[in-house]
Amino acid sequence: MKKVIENSIERKAFFKLIFLSAFSIFLPKSLTAKNSSPEESPVQDENYNAYDHKWGMCIDIDKCIGCGRCANACKEENDVPREPFFFRTWVERYKIFGKGEVVIDSPNGGVDGFHNEHSERNPERSFFVPKLCNHCENPPCTQVCPVGATFKSVDGVILVDKDYCIGCSYCIQACPYGARYLHPVTKTAEKCTFCYHRLVNDKSPACVEVCPTQARIFGEMEKKSSPLVRFRRMEKIGVLKPALNTEPKVLYAHLDMEVK
Amino acid sequence: MEEIIQHLTPLLKEVSGYIFPNEIELHWGLLVVIYPYLTGLVAGAFILASLVKIFDVKELYPTYRIALLTALAFLIVAPLPLLAHLGHPERSYEIFLTPNKYSAMAMFGFVYAWYLMAVLLLEIWFDYRKDLIIWSRSETGIKKWILRTISLFSSDISEKAVKFDKKAIRIITLIGIPSAFILHGYVGFIFGSIKANPWWSSVLMPIVFLFSAIVSGIALILIVYMFVLPIRKKEINMLTLDKLASYLFYVMIIDFSLECLDFIHRVYESEESIKILGELVSGKLFVSLIVVQLIIGMLIPLAAIGILKIVKVPNDLKKQIYFLSAILVQVGIFSTRWNVVVGGQLFSKSFMGLTTYKMTLFGMEGLLLSILLLVLPLGIMYVLFKFLPPWEESRSN
Amino acid sequence: MLKKLKSIPEQVIRLAVILVIIVVVFVIVRAELVPDDFGELGHYRKGAVDEIASLELKYAGQETCEMCHDDILETKSNGYHRSVNCEVCHGPSAKHSEAPDEFLPSAPRKRDFCPVCHEYLPSRPTGFPQIVSASHNPVKPCITCHEPHNPVPPETPHECSACHAEISRVKSISHHAYLECKTCHEVPEQHKLDPRGNAASKPATREFCGKCHAEENEDYPGVPQIDLAEHEPRYVCWQCHYPHMPEAK
Repeated sequence: MKKVIENSIERKAFFKLIFLSAFSIFLPKSLTAKNSSPEESPVQDENYNAYDHKWGMCIDIDKCIGCGRCANACKEENDVPREPFFFRTWVERYKIFGKGEVVIDSPNGGVDGFHNEHSERNPERSFFVPKLCNHCENPPCTQVCPVGATFKSVDGVILVDKDYCIGCSYCIQACPYGARYLHPVTKTAEKCTFCYHRLVNDKSPACVEVCPTQARIFGEMEKKSSPLVRFRRMEKIGVLKPALNTEPKVLYAHLDMEVK
Repeated sequence: MEEIIQHLTPLLKEVSGYIFPNEIELHWGLLVVIYPYLTGLVAGAFILASLVKIFDVKELYPTYRIALLTALAFLIVAPLPLLAHLGHPERSYEIFLTPNKYSAMAMFGFVYAWYLMAVLLLEIWFDYRKDLIIWSRSETGIKKWILRTISLFSSDISEKAVKFDKKAIRIITLIGIPSAFILHGYVGFIFGSIKANPWWSSVLMPIVFLFSAIVSGIALILIVYMFVLPIRKKEINMLTLDKLASYLFYVMIIDFSLECLDFIHRVYESEESIKILGELVSGKLFVSLIVVQLIIGMLIPLAAIGILKIVKVPNDLKKQIYFLSAILVQVGIFSTRWNVVVGGQLFSKSFMGLTTYKMTLFGMEGLLLSILLLVLPLGIMYVLFKFLPPWEESRSN
Repeated sequence: MLKKLKSIPEQVIRLAVILVIIVVVFVIVRAELVPDDFGELGHYRKGAVDEIASLELKYAGQETCEMCHDDILETKSNGYHRSVNCEVCHGPSAKHSEAPDEFLPSAPRKRDFCPVCHEYLPSRPTGFPQIVSASHNPVKPCITCHEPHNPVPPETPHECSACHAEISRVKSISHHAYLECKTCHEVPEQHKLDPRGNAASKPATREFCGKCHAEENEDYPGVPQIDLAEHEPRYVCWQCHYPHMPEAK
């Protein structure tokens, strides 16, 4: 008799498993997996609780001198291939001549700095714009990832799981900012992580660390004690492609209308 | 690594204007062009077969089973180009295990599985079940066992069972038409839902994909029908052919109207991206879009079939014109897929410049593998036709 | 019950068996292959965050440098380079901070390094110190005249540029580089003590610019000249031209 009861319990559990699994493909796995407490930080570093942070960056275009140290440091810090086809951050030079003529260039992403071209005409206005992943609040890239290999972590940073990415490139197609590339060796999508491994060690991203003019300002989006708060209070701010409603967490001061 | 660098470096010189530095590498190449082309053929062929059943079109009965088996052959191959283009094909099972419910691509696994298992295989199985049982009785050896296995060792050919088969087919067909619409409409959605890309982002994309799929499917069945019958030394039924051609004609008109609507809408709204798209269409896409897709693949066959509807011509000439038109339609639809997939990646998302796509001959993204993938369904069709003869006279009545 | 079961067509039973097999296989495979930590925080593998967080650091960070090099910090602290972090010039030095003797950071000494920031480019913000390296003491490495940890312009600032540094820097790379401020502005003696109470004058008429730029004036060969009466008489010159950086070539 006892055996029968056990059996029926097992059978019940088995059917429950079948039921849950058959339908859970459309549900987050959290319904079936053991629930971890929401306060528990995903990073095992005891000094870093991801729930306490929400990271963002401000870029003051008027301060950027186009030295390209950020683009270079990013490649150093993150082992980005040195070839000029793979960038997590890069610097663009805009030259606006009037009558709708806009010339943009970014030789090797600005890694080697910029140089004057011979017989240069005088532009009406000209400036540099550093670019990187905008770590959108509504990221179109994570929306399209078929397997959940790229995601917004609890501290707002968009990351890629290189051991889970299938290399379909759909996220690269979906990014409006051209901020992703397919790593030529690992064949997985890669992008700026705000130097996540530095954040958890209480250090700023490499590009911010080496910016000689503090054109890049990094910090908390939602805390009072953050340089971003002062920046947002003092400057007129824009984001790239606002019409797409991606809600970037990379903000630009003195953004020109020609910046795409 | 070296290979990619060698492939990309000369492309730097081909860039005009400004593109984001990561955009030099074009990520969706020939393989991703083939994928929607193949799925389109599947959906189109199946929709044709379903129309035959639902509206009981007597003239087209000879093409019913041909269309089903053709759809199956192409459906088996359809996921292969997708698989081959992945950076990590060995991880592709993750799409089934942890699908992201917000991702159009993740739904591919389920739409595909549903369509293959719940619709196409079921319909074929029910349609062939009685024949399989009868054929297996007169066969010996391995073939007998293969036929029996396919019939799932079923043996009931009583009138009641056959009647149930017919009923089941009708229900599956009714489910099948929306399923086929979903299968290809959804492929259009994969592109149409990318808001970052103005060439793709359009509500019309799924519906344009769908109708171009039906066009290509009907044209394919027309080609297969006209190719296979002479080989089997059978007379081509002109009534069947005329009906196929006129279906093709009407669906092409719808397809053409939709494409025109899309074009007019874009030009009239003339949004931020219109300059770069205009540059694209009049430059790098001129041959494949205006010449091949529009003139060769759409206007010429449309005019040819249209003239045949008005002017009476001898049957032999008519057959040749139908066959040639159907071939041109295939070329046109293939370049439609090309223009969507590759065209959508030739301009920068900065809207300030254009890049170039250079095809390779060898390797996973190469021309040879692509040709193989296009020929493979024909081989599968040959095997299917051998084991499950779709001819009317093979029916066991 | 059995009768009811028998009335189900055999096709359905056969297909149902296949369906059950497929579902069971799917359930087992899913249970086996999906990582345990998948979906705990969202639709992703929780472990991935930790893997990314534990990547190796290459840049030590300014705070780390300051722990040992307080002497250089002292030199730097009041100079123009006070906010330029060490690793901007010395490169990634996390290894150096762990094993100071084994790994030495690089120290750029060549003349091509400083112009990465300080070469004149029209796109750089006005006011940022720039030089044209081709004509700026050619051949000599920058560090022979400038101490990189506390760079000062080799000449003490002229009187005006002590306060009007930005204008003076812009002017220094313009066609008006060799004009003194006094050429155009009259400066009262009291201006230095009470600048707003004793403002320097500004030119008020087109004729003032015409002293050099009018056609009839032949004392200045090479200076762009115009017909003062014909050339846009509705405007005064500085409505279109910025006198400290006139754009016409």
